Amino acid sequence: MRLRTSNVLAVQATDLTLAYQQRPVLWDVDLDVPQGVLMAIVGPNGAGKTTLLRTVLGLLRPAAGEVRVFGRPYAEQRRLVAYVPQRGSVDWDFPTTALDIVTMGTYSGLGWVRRPGASERSRATAALAQVGMQAYADRQISQLSGGQQQRVFLARALVQDAQVYLMDEPFQGVDATTERAIVNLLRALRADGKTVVAVHHDLQTVAEYFDQVTLLNVRRIAAGPVGKVFTDENLRLTYGGRVAGIGGPTNGTEHEAHL
Amino acid sequence: MDVLSDLFLDYTLRTVALGSAALGIVSGALGAFAVLRRQALLGDAMSHAALPGVALAFLITGSRAPLVLMIGAALTGWLAAVAIVYIVRASRTNTDTAMALMLSVFFGAGLVVLTFIQRQPAAGKAGLDKFLFGQAAAMLESDVITMASVGAVGLLGVLVLWKEFKLLSFDPDFAATLGMPTRRLDMLLTSLLVIAIVVGLKTVGVVLMSAMVVAPGAAARQWTNRLGVMVTLSALFGAAAGVLGALLSTTAQTSTGPTIVLVATGLVVVSLLFAPTRGLVWTRMHAWRSQRILALEAVMSDLAALAAQHSSDATRPHDVAALHAVRGRALVDRALSELAADGLAQRHDGGGWSLTPRGLAEADRLARLRRAPSDFL
Repeated sequence: MRLRTSNVLAVQATDLTLAYQQRPVLWDVDLDVPQGVLMAIVGPNGAGKTTLLRTVLGLLRPAAGEVRVFGRPYAEQRRLVAYVPQRGSVDWDFPTTALDIVTMGTYSGLGWVRRPGASERSRATAALAQVGMQAYADRQISQLSGGQQQRVFLARALVQDAQVYLMDEPFQGVDATTERAIVNLLRALRADGKTVVAVHHDLQTVAEYFDQVTLLNVRRIAAGPVGKVFTDENLRLTYGGRVAGIGGPTNGTEHEAHL
Repeated sequence: MDVLSDLFLDYTLRTVALGSAALGIVSGALGAFAVLRRQALLGDAMSHAALPGVALAFLITGSRAPLVLMIGAALTGWLAAVAIVYIVRASRTNTDTAMALMLSVFFGAGLVVLTFIQRQPAAGKAGLDKFLFGQAAAMLESDVITMASVGAVGLLGVLVLWKEFKLLSFDPDFAATLGMPTRRLDMLLTSLLVIAIVVGLKTVGVVLMSAMVVAPGAAARQWTNRLGVMVTLSALFGAAAGVLGALLSTTAQTSTGPTIVLVATGLVVVSLLFAPTRGLVWTRMHAWRSQRILALEAVMSDLAALAAQHSSDATRPHDVAALHAVRGRALVDRALSELAADGLAQRHDGGGWSLTPRGLAEADRLARLRRAPSDFL
């Protein structure tokens, strides 16, 4: 299923506002993600990046604002959206295998009560192969390295066969092998016309890995193509002047971020 | 020892064994999920909170029928769970505090009602105090039938919603993004846990029932890395602890609840110590063995480095005093004698040591292995 609605945004969140107690975490934030792009969400700690992702997914209820996926409310389009949570959000000592975790991505298609069968398992096996983890299918998940666990989570999202992939820090604490595997995967998804939104921490790789960027610090500071938006000026606005000379399009000297 | 033959002949013992097996299976299976969801203490709070339900059910209906008392127990136990969730969500009280608070409030209320009942002249009040520490000996066939049927509802729930409960336990956020009603599933699983608790209440008692929820699951986790196996094992451990404990307490005339709990704890201790891979004994042995292997490799690479300095004669003897100084005499000497026994190192006449040609090859292989990028990274 490939959606050919070129002028409709893959994800469009408007006026999202969310507060814990009295402290605003997101203030009037828009998120506009065209179809077929790789978009990074960038901002300092506590800027609301994860909160934004979780709000888009309906895991948090915003005080105001709405989320549309391909023009319709998120609740109706859930099947088109896959989620890759932060690796640290679950207990990896849970008694199960890598393949079983990936199979969980097929549950939404099964409906209530029905158990996954041979066809679900073979789809899960294929997804594991896509992230180079087929050899680890029967491994207990606590015996996987951090990067391998991250790839298992990615495979679980792949098996959902969604149009939009929302990822929370997919590059967090992974080794070089996994980082390469993820980058290749992101590009393969883009080539397939899929859309990826990822919370990203490493400013130095934003321009290399992503097409678009949303700079966030409680408010949306700037958003658009990396070449236009990912400038020193915007980064200073986002990080409050704590970033010295990041490589914008015109600046290739000091690549240093202080977070 | 003819308890075993009595088991098949004696009506009371057979009833006790069957009932305890039923309660153990149900609390073991559902307790496994409680352990995985880190809700062990919630089980404790709910079982204590069941006491006022038992007492009030008797007070209101005047009946001691097992089903009536179970329904009362389930209602207040469930109410306590809801109260805990609500307090945590609505105030800034943390889960720990909310659970301790509800446990003592409900248990206190239960004791008050219980003592009130004790002072009444009404007939048939006897036996309610047994709900504190449990009593297996008084179990009737009708009790067993009620326990088994109520428990079957709990087990059926787990079987039917297996994949939903698995995902809810591992990654509730992901479950929510799939469109699963995670809050309602959470409530349902907690309610099934309440069922497991009330099934065992009269036999084990409210004070120690939580041990029957936690112990079998904790023990089962040690032996397997599969959820299905863990839940099955947990049910079997629960049944074993229930039957053994109930029979022991009936023959030795001790309190049933504490005896069952002691047996269950025994299973936990054995599992924590001796389970392969996760057991303490196994991990210690493993650590000790890998330390020894590391010491062997270190000494081999030291000797290989010394040999490399004299490329003309690789098996020329070296004084190991330097190795003693760096790595410690005991470690080096033990490693050298093990290497010699394996034919990898040799002692020369003057007291010096060198690797054998085979040892040199092995050291070279290890060095190459260590340089290669590990696939584990």
